[in-house]
Parts: sequence; C-alpha cells; structure tokens
Amino acid sequence: MLEIKNLHVSVDGAEILKGIDLSIDPGEMHAIMGPNGSGKSTLSHVIAGRDGYEITGGRIIFQGEDLTGMEPEERAAKGIFLAFQYPVEIPGVANTTFLKEAVNAIHRFKGEDELDAMQFVKIMRAKTKELGISDDMLKRAVNVGFSGGEKKRNEILQMAVLNPTLAILDETDSGLDIDALKIVAEGVNKLRAPDRSMLIITHYQRLLDYIVPDKVHVLAHGRIQRTGGKELALELEENGYAEFDEAVA
Amino acid sequence: MGNSTSNTLAFVDDFDATRPGLPGADLSWLKDIREAGIERFSDLGLPTPKLEDWKYTRLRPLEDTVYQPITEEDGMAVIDHVPSLLPDPGGRPRLVFVNGRMRPSFWIVGDLPDGVHLEYLRDVLMHTPEWAEAHIGRLHGDAEGQSLVALNTAMMDSGFVLRVDAGVKVEQPLEVVFIGGLTDHPVAYFPRNLIVLGEGAEATVVKHYVGMGVGAYFANTVTEIDIGEGARLNHYKVQAETLDATHLSTTHVHVAKDATYEYFNLSIGGRLSRNEVSVRLEGEGAHAGLNGAYLMRGSEHCDNTTMIEHLAPHTTCREIFKGVLDDQSRAVFQGRIIVRKEAQGTDGHQLCKTLLLSTGAEIDVKPELEIYADDVKCSHGATTGQIDETALFYLRSRGIPEALARNLLVQSFLGEALDEISNEEVRLAFTDKVLHWLPAACFLSEEWRDV
Repeated sequence: MLEIKNLHVSVDGAEILKGIDLSIDPGEMHAIMGPNGSGKSTLSHVIAGRDGYEITGGRIIFQGEDLTGMEPEERAAKGIFLAFQYPVEIPGVANTTFLKEAVNAIHRFKGEDELDAMQFVKIMRAKTKELGISDDMLKRAVNVGFSGGEKKRNEILQMAVLNPTLAILDETDSGLDIDALKIVAEGVNKLRAPDRSMLIITHYQRLLDYIVPDKVHVLAHGRIQRTGGKELALELEENGYAEFDEAVA
Repeated sequence: MGNSTSNTLAFVDDFDATRPGLPGADLSWLKDIREAGIERFSDLGLPTPKLEDWKYTRLRPLEDTVYQPITEEDGMAVIDHVPSLLPDPGGRPRLVFVNGRMRPSFWIVGDLPDGVHLEYLRDVLMHTPEWAEAHIGRLHGDAEGQSLVALNTAMMDSGFVLRVDAGVKVEQPLEVVFIGGLTDHPVAYFPRNLIVLGEGAEATVVKHYVGMGVGAYFANTVTEIDIGEGARLNHYKVQAETLDATHLSTTHVHVAKDATYEYFNLSIGGRLSRNEVSVRLEGEGAHAGLNGAYLMRGSEHCDNTTMIEHLAPHTTCREIFKGVLDDQSRAVFQGRIIVRKEAQGTDGHQLCKTLLLSTGAEIDVKPELEIYADDVKCSHGATTGQIDETALFYLRSRGIPEALARNLLVQSFLGEALDEISNEEVRLAFTDKVLHWLPAACFLSEEWRDV
C-alpha cells in the first residue's frame, strides 16, 4: 500500500527527515510517535504533497506509484487523505458545498460521472448518521466557529465522505478533552476497513488507548529510531522520549 | 488657468457649441450654474496628484486621450439587449442610458406605488423645473469647488431623478443602467442623478455602469442624495466599464435623524475608476453603511474615497471594503471619518482588506480619523495579504484543483463585504458578478449562495 524508502526532506535548506523507511500494508494501522520537532508533521505533509518541502532523496510509493512530484489534489484523487492538526476555517463556504466540490473533483479526475445533488445528499445523510454528526454542521461555513472537537469531527466526516485508501491523522488528539477524544477515536475506528490503511501521528500515548495500532514507530531527529507493537506506546508513556535524545548524542 | 491639458481645453472650448444640445437649455438658472461650472472647471483644471486627496490617483487617461462630447448618434448605438443586473427584469422599473443618452424604448415604467417617481433628469427639467432648481447643486461643503463636480454641473447631459414621498416604501429594487462604449472615437458623458426620500420613505436603487464592446469613454457622474427623517436608502452600484474606460463618480449624501444610508459599490472593470462618496450624518441616530468590493486585473486602477462626517449625537457608521488585485493592477482606499464636537456617542468602524494575487499588484490605503468629540467609539483597520497557503493546501488535499481552490478562497475573502448587502436579491446578483470575474473553473454560484 504505502512504501517509503530512504526519504530525505529539507525545508529552507535544513534537513528535517534524514532517511525514513516505512511500509504499511492494506488494512493496517500504524502510529508514529515522537517528540516535538522530530519531523512527524513534515512526514505527513510530504506524503500529502504540500509545497515548500524539498525531497532530497528517497521515494514515496503508493499502490505501486511514485508520489513525489504529484500535486496534492492528484494524491487526494488517488486515495490519500490528511486529517489536519489545525483544520482551516473558510468563512462563507458551506461545509456541504466544500465536500461536494471535493467529491466531484475526485470523480472528474477518475473520469467518473459527477454526483447530482440528490445522490450527494443521500451519501451525506448516510455518513453523518454513521458518525453521529448533526446536519447543522453541514450547513455551517467550513470550520468557522467550530469548537476544537467539532473541527476534528469534521475532519473525520470528510474522511468518511472522501473514502480514502490511506488516511493520515496528524496530531488528531491535540486540543481535545477526553470526551471529544473518545468521540473522534470512535469515528476513526468505524472507518477502519480491510482495504484502508491508516497512519496516526501523535505525541501522546493517550489517543492509542482508544485507537489500537498494529505497529508503533518512534520518530526522533528525522529518523525512525524504533519500531514495535502497541506496547511500545505504553513504554514511551512511562519513559518519555529521553532515551532517543541519548541515542543520537 | 490651473492645470490645463488638451482635454481641459477641449471641454471648455466645446462648451458653447455643446450647450444648446444639453437638457434644459431654455432654463436661465440652469444656464447660470452651467456657466459658473465651466468657469470653475477652467480655473481649477483636472485634479492632479498635487492635491492631497488625489495623491495616489493620476488621471492619465484624461491626459493621453481626447474625448468628444457625445452626439445623438453615439447615444443611438445599436444594442441587442440591455445588460440588466437583476435577473428577469420583467415588469421591474428600469431606466436605460446609452452613452449618456436616454433610450426610452428600453424603459420599463413598472408597477410603482403612488408616491414613487423614477424619471429621467431631462423630463424633470422639462416638466418640474422648479423642483429641479431646488435640488440640483445642493452639495455640501466645497464640493461645488471640486473641478470634476463643476465639470459635471456644466455638462450634465443625462441622469435620473428618484423621489419617494414621505411614508412610502418601495420594496423592489429600481434599476438604472448606464451603458458606455460602442463608439468609434472616445466620448465623454456626464450623468447627474438626484435621489430624494421623504420622511420614513424606503427605497433600493441599483445602478449598473457597464461597458459594451470596446472603446474608450469617460463617464463623469455626480449623484446627490437627500434622505429624510427615519427614511432608508439602499444604494447599490456596479461599475463594470470597458478596459479603456475612465469612470469618475462623486456622490454626496445627507442623512437626517434616524435615517439610514446603505451603500455598496462593486468595481470590476475600468482602466481608471474613482468612486468618491461623502456622507453627512446630520440628525441624531443617523446611520451610514459604506461598503464595497473591488476586483482588478491587467493594469486597471481603482480608487475608493469615502468621507463620513458625524454632525449629531449617536450617529453610527460601518465601512467594509475588500479588494482583490491581480497582475499589475492598482487600488486606492482613502477613508476619512470626521466626528464633530456635537456628535457625542458616535460609533464608527472602518475596515479595508486587500488580497494581492500577484507581486505586481499594489494597494494604497489611507484611513483618517478626525475626532473632536470626547465620548466616541471609533476604530479602523487595514490588512493586505496573499492567498493563505495553508488554506490552499487544505482545499487541494481534499481533491479540489488549485485553480478552483484559489477561486474559492477569493470568494470566501469577499464574502464578508458582500454580506453587508441587506437586499438578498441584489446580494446574489453581485455575487454572480464576482463569480464571473474570477478565472474559469468557477465555483457553482447556487451552491455558494447556500451559506
């Protein structure tokens, strides 16, 4: 599904990722944990195709295709979704409108017919019901006036509607209280599927109390320092990231 | 003679030949003010950047192009349709001018309530000259000293008069279309509009200045507005002139006690445009909302200059102007708010935000607050920025192609200003205009309207 080989990435000449190797199989959920400044968010943005990052070495292979050099919208059409740490507010544009444009853009890209209003409404009803999200959220402008929890739920709703093959969740737990965290985690769990892989990026272990990964990787100083099962997260919770500081020093 | 150019001279020299063909030629009071106007104009010349208020806008098209006064033939240019701004004009009242000549064949009288009079200036001069005499040239301050107003006074050849009697409310928007262009040589025309609302009256006026085909022309328009006690005027304008056109507009408004003046100007076309609005809040509780959006590309230049003077207690104003500038275009926003000593309890807010789509575009913003009262709430803010790269990435990461995502963000940016248009039908029509200005790959307007 996703294979990252010896990925080196620089921002403004400073190397942030210094040779990442990562392989995710279909249906797997991986977690990447690491201290602040370790390159976690850089990795998620680079996979989704954000401008401003220079790939100085390595490749990102998604379903057999090299993603490097592909526009973000093309990656989205091919099934990559990034849930943002800080979802962006877009005043004056309704959530439904935004989602319909996104869904239809992806349909056009794939050479499929666009959805008409009725078909779209039907899908939206099903997804909001499945995730327990109110219609009110659809009518409001994208993320405007949303609480932290609502913003993250909106990300999950977008994921459900766009139906990606690979979902990357960048610090989805940040800024959430425990109740909101549970609701968001529940949504993520509902969207787990045999043909959908997920990559969870997080600083803290607590999200992994509710979302259980198949594998946990520790990212520090631009490299994956260790890989293990879900128990690695608990170990990190106990000992912190101190040992990885030493590993480099 | 102040700052003479070939044009200044052309207008002045042609005046004697032009005058007999202008409306109300037989009225002696009008003859007098026309003559005073042309004298004033020849003394002052055209405004130059040496004047503080004209620092950022130079009238280059009036220096490099020679405009002829319009002829009957220019006004009869063939048009196959009237570019009404509002959908389905049907029986909606509408006046139409082509190159400053009224075109009665496109006139829709419509179904107006008793007490609402929408007429051509020419007809008012003919049938009720005493009313016209009492209302033309009542501009405040030293406006008559402004050379462009003086030129308009001398040359006024077209325009409309709207009178609404006390207590009469007209809900449907009244449209006036000014079509320019379609001539084989540069022409100049001079509309003079008068709007007078009696006590408690309400009306909505939409002015559509639109260029058809190609061609250079110069529209120099003056509008005088008097809003009676407790009355409300919604005054909306679209300026969509041709790429060779120059549009200079001066509007003076008097707002009485508890009355409201709502203004929105959408500038989306013209080589050079300046919309100058000056409002006097004369009675306690008077309110003005001055808003606008300007969308410019190529080498267009657009100037919005506003002045709001608070003269009575508890008067309020709110201004939101938003601009989107592409290519080498340039815009100017000058917003002055004056709070006189007697205007205690004034509440005023002004905001000007500009989105630059290209590194070659430029905006000059000059907010000015002059406050002489002590119990006052007044604020102003101005920002200039580019498309937010994070927002752009957010949309693209959802599959929305870059061009569409950029359009969407521009629409989102302008929404805050367009929302100030309280008449829904007009707001939708203006939103459509914005959408059509955007590069291809437009967002579906019906969808966007849902918000």
